[in-house]
Amino acid sequence: MSAVLGAAAALLGLAAALSLARLVRGPSMLDRAVALDVLVATMMAGLGVEAIAADDPWVLTTMLALSLVGFVGSVSIARFLVYRAPGAEEDA
Amino acid sequence: MIATVLTGACVLAGAGAALSAGLGLLRLPDLLSRMHAATKPQAVGLLMVLVAVGVRFPTGGVITTLLLVALLQLTTVPIAAHMVGRAAYRTGRVPRHLLYVDELDEALSPVPPGAGERPSGRGPDSGGEEPDAEH
Repeated sequence: MSAVLGAAAALLGLAAALSLARLVRGPSMLDRAVALDVLVATMMAGLGVEAIAADDPWVLTTMLALSLVGFVGSVSIARFLVYRAPGAEEDA
Repeated sequence: MIATVLTGACVLAGAGAALSAGLGLLRLPDLLSRMHAATKPQAVGLLMVLVAVGVRFPTGGVITTLLLVALLQLTTVPIAAHMVGRAAYRTGRVPRHLLYVDELDEALSPVPPGAGERPSGRGPDSGGEEPDAEH
């Protein structure tokens, strides 16, 4: 069981590293917002794996908080982008 | 025994979904394709891990928290995806020539005068570009 959990943690870590690469590279801010959403979802899955590995479900409250506020970042990025003047480059 | 196998299988499936999303984020060419890849860990991967946690801790409080997490995730993720896709379309991040069907273009383009009446009470030139200014 611990080998399975270790493999799952390795896969999740790799997924987080890949989305972090997109977060750094991503040509527009919207790509970064999407990558940030994936990173939050990966963190929540990692918290679930941690709860099983530690045999203690106390981190589920953190998962609840993340599922509540995880979408705020990309929503606010998208809102600010739409208010920009048309034709303005948002790459920064 | 069965619970242990089910837990391990669900955790591995969820982690695999997250990995596929990471690969898709890095490899896919444009924003909408990346959004398509990004939905995998947000819905399927996380639900798999939640099922695994629920099988591992079958108590009332944990199951309630897991159901709440699943419900909140499944309601907030489409909001974020909708806002990102809307911003992408309106700032020209969506390459139009790659779309087979673009219903939003028809809905947003101003109707030329005399090209037919709209069923609503609005004038033919009032529904053009300005929905951007309101929302």
